[in-house]
Order: sequence, then structure tokens, then C-alpha cells
Amino acid sequence: MAGFEPQIIAFCCNWCTYAAADLAGTSRMQYPANVRIVRVMCSGMVSPLYVLKAFEGGADGVLIAGCHLTDCHYIDGPVKCDAMVAKLRDMLHVLGLEDERLRREMVAASEGVLFARVIREMVEQLKKIGPSPLKARTEALA
Amino acid sequence: MNLEDIIKGTNTYYCLECGKCTSVCPVARYDKSFSPRMLIENALLGFEDELVLDRELFSCLTCYMCQSECPSDVDFPVFIREARSMAQGRGQHGVCAHSGQLQSLARLMTSPAIKQRRLEWLSQEYRVSETSDTLLWVGCAPYFEPMFEDIGFSALGITKASLKILNLLGIEPKLLANERCCGHDALWTGDIETFKKLAEHNAAQIKEAGVKKIVFTCPEGYRTFKLDYPNYVDLDCEVQHFSELLAEKMGNKSGISGKLQEIRKKVTYQDPCRLGRQMGVYDAPRKILESIPGIELVEMKHSGPESICCGTSAFTNCDAYSNMLRAERLSEAVETGAELLITSCPKCQTHFRCAQVDKGEEHRPIPKIEVMDLADLVASAIGGGGKSSKRE
Repeated sequence: MAGFEPQIIAFCCNWCTYAAADLAGTSRMQYPANVRIVRVMCSGMVSPLYVLKAFEGGADGVLIAGCHLTDCHYIDGPVKCDAMVAKLRDMLHVLGLEDERLRREMVAASEGVLFARVIREMVEQLKKIGPSPLKARTEALA
Repeated sequence: MNLEDIIKGTNTYYCLECGKCTSVCPVARYDKSFSPRMLIENALLGFEDELVLDRELFSCLTCYMCQSECPSDVDFPVFIREARSMAQGRGQHGVCAHSGQLQSLARLMTSPAIKQRRLEWLSQEYRVSETSDTLLWVGCAPYFEPMFEDIGFSALGITKASLKILNLLGIEPKLLANERCCGHDALWTGDIETFKKLAEHNAAQIKEAGVKKIVFTCPEGYRTFKLDYPNYVDLDCEVQHFSELLAEKMGNKSGISGKLQEIRKKVTYQDPCRLGRQMGVYDAPRKILESIPGIELVEMKHSGPESICCGTSAFTNCDAYSNMLRAERLSEAVETGAELLITSCPKCQTHFRCAQVDKGEEHRPIPKIEVMDLADLVASAIGGGGKSSKRE
């Protein structure tokens, strides 16, 4: 898959992962520019529809990243998020999507290094498995 | 399609303004701002904005109650469907239940490149055949499975039970590995574009599979294939609901009546709108229930053609009124003294189960009764099989 640049939509929690991404930037860490970050107030507020819409819009991968279990600004956001992701993952599996396309991470505000590593890993994996099969949705069958 | 075409195509000009539609409408009984007659009048007076931008447009259950009463034979459900497709064109979608995941999944399934893993549940226990000319439609069940786990509903349980019964009848059906959503919900929420793509994809696959007959465990798929697909795609196939097939086979020699064990239970039956009023199948499920030894069938206050909808259609505009409607229907079921509420539609079951675990219960009590699919009941009578109620 030469020249394929995956597009990743990342839903990042305002209190930690978004700050971690900021930290990675201000510390001048290098990571691929394939990610579009959407800031959300908590990983627990990410609706399954956001993820599905991202795939509908042609994303190759979706990352949901937020606080660690005990760090949540709203007490139990990550628990909610995990429950949602588990359900959604089952549905995406039936739909035939590779597991790697939906990634769930916990990245604290101080973990800029981890954020950069997650993005690097994800881009690498997505390059290996190629574009999302849902991308061709709009062109074909018409 | 414009307003005038819709009016012409659905006999709306013949409306007598008698208001029978509104008086029998289950939604209008609770939601005082919803009026089928008003929607029709708005169309006839040319008030397009009032019609298509009204939130209530998506509250209609398309349960066909109004249409069965209308003296002028106005096709109100189709009128609503066409008006919704106009509304979609203007950015109105109704409020989708479950955050709109099911609608999104239907849209995603229009992608030709996907290779679904929808048959992973299929084990050695069930016999299927690649060469069979009978197809068992699995439909949304593999997607419903994770989605409705928390309300104790297993849609695949119904599929498994049906497959078990078919096997016992000597039928080894074919299953399609990559079938798409039938498009019922897309069609009824006015998303014609998605519906057309799904229909074309399914029709092509069915043609390729070379099947002569399709059996449905879900009345929505059954209706869609029988009444709506012919308007969009060319499909030369016999379609049948599972209950019709089973009722047919109950009596004859290869039937299973002799193999049924006794179940001592009083049950009542919910006619799904799609199977009852729309397809006219009332007797088949009752015949099946009566042939299970020990089962006593008692009817609810409203049954058969008068039966009340489970409260939500196409997973749209599921609100407090829907829940009031469900509470009413569930109390009718409880009043019969039955221990089991049998239905033959997976969606009726999700809605009735959902209402019973609803968190707002302290404000309005919801009557409790166990809900079960007809196929599950028959499967338990032949011993084992899938179970769509809670997996302990």
C-alpha cells in the first residue's frame, strides 16, 4: 500500500489527553501528522455515534483517549467509555472492521511521550492494514 | 417528490376530515400535539413547512391503525414516509434512539467493500446447506446482540431457535455471509438513498445465491421484501414469515406437532404491526401457540387487527409518550393473567423489555411480564434451542 496516509480521528479528553497532545507539541516531540484531534470534555461523553460518523466520513482509524481510571474529572467517565467501547467493538467486528481501527487509550496530562507513541503505533498499524473498507461507501453502488 | 405528488399518490385528496385517524391513533392518545388529521390538512392546504419541519412528523408509528379505519382509504403511513423523505431533504431526521447508531450502521452497510462477520455464532449444532434453495434471513440480529445485551435480549437467540426448528422440519436453509440491513428503518425514516443501495445490494446477492424462497424471523424484513423491494429492485423470490412456514408444517405428516413437549403456561400474543395489520398474518402464530400442549392462549383487550403497537418504529422519536404506550400495552398483557407475552417481532421484544428496565420507573410504574419470541417458545417445547431471554 504505497503512499497510503491513514486518517485518524482522535477524541481527546480536555483534562488529560488533550493536554498531553499539547505537551507533546510544546516539547517538540515528533509524531505523524495523520491525526485530527477533537477535544471533548470527557472520554465518557464520546457517543458511539461519533465513532460511527467518523467512519462514515472516511476515517481509517478512531482513537478515544482520556484520563486513567482514577483520574477522571467527573469521577467515572473512563468506566463509561470502556463500557461503550466494548459494545461498539462487538458491532464493528460484525461489520467486518479490523480491531486496530478503533483504539482506546488512557493518557494522562503528563504523558506527552505516550501520546506521541500511541499515534506513531496507530499510523504504523493502519498503514499495514490499508484504507478502511467503509471509505468506498459513497462512490460505489450508486 | 413534491407535496402534490405525495398527495396524489396516497389518496390524500379524498380525506373527509372525519378525524377517525386521530381518534384511533395510539400516539395521539398520549401526545396531544400529534394529530394525523392535522398533518393531512397541512398538506392539503399547501403548508409544506408546517408539515415537514414539524418534529411530530417523526412520531408516527406507521402502525397502520389509522389506515385500517379510514373511510376514504388514505394511505397515511406512506404519506408520512414520503413526507419524511422530503423532510430529510431539508435536514430533518427526527430524534434517533440509541444515539442513531442503528441508522449509521445501515448507512455503513451500503459500502460494497465490507466483509461482514455476521455468522460467527453459527456452530456445528445447526445444519445449514450451501445448495439449499431456501434462505433464512438473519437480518440485524448479529448487531442487536451486543447492543441489547444489557436489557437481557438476545436477537440471535431467535435466529438460533428458528434454525433449530427448521432443522427439525428437515429444512437445511442457506445463510448469506454478507447480507445487508434490509433497509426498513432507512425507508421509514425517509432515507430513500440508503434504502435503495441496500435493496440493490441484497437483491444482487440473492440472485447470485439462486434461492427460491426467503424465510424471515422478523416481520419488518418480511414486509420490506414483500411490499417495498418490488418498487425498487427486481426480485423473483417467494417470501414467508417464519410463523407462516411453521403453521403450514404443523399439521402435515412431516410436522413437528408430535414432537412438542408440554409447557404448562398461560400466554398472550402481541400482534406486531408489520405482521398483523400490514401483512394480514393473524392466524398462523395463534395456530402454532394452540398446538403446543399445555399452552393456554388468552387474548388482550386489543388484539388482532386492533392490537396496539409496541410504541416505537424505526428507532426514531422514542420518548415519554412511547413509554406510556408501552406501559398501557404491558398492563393489558398483565391483566389477561398470562405469565408470558409472546410476540414474533424482535423489535417488539426490545421495546417491551427496555420499558421494563426503564430507570424512570419510580414516577410511573411499568407492569412486569416476561416477553418471549414465538420461535423461542417452540424451540423450548422441542427441547433446547436458542433462547432470547436473559442468558444467566
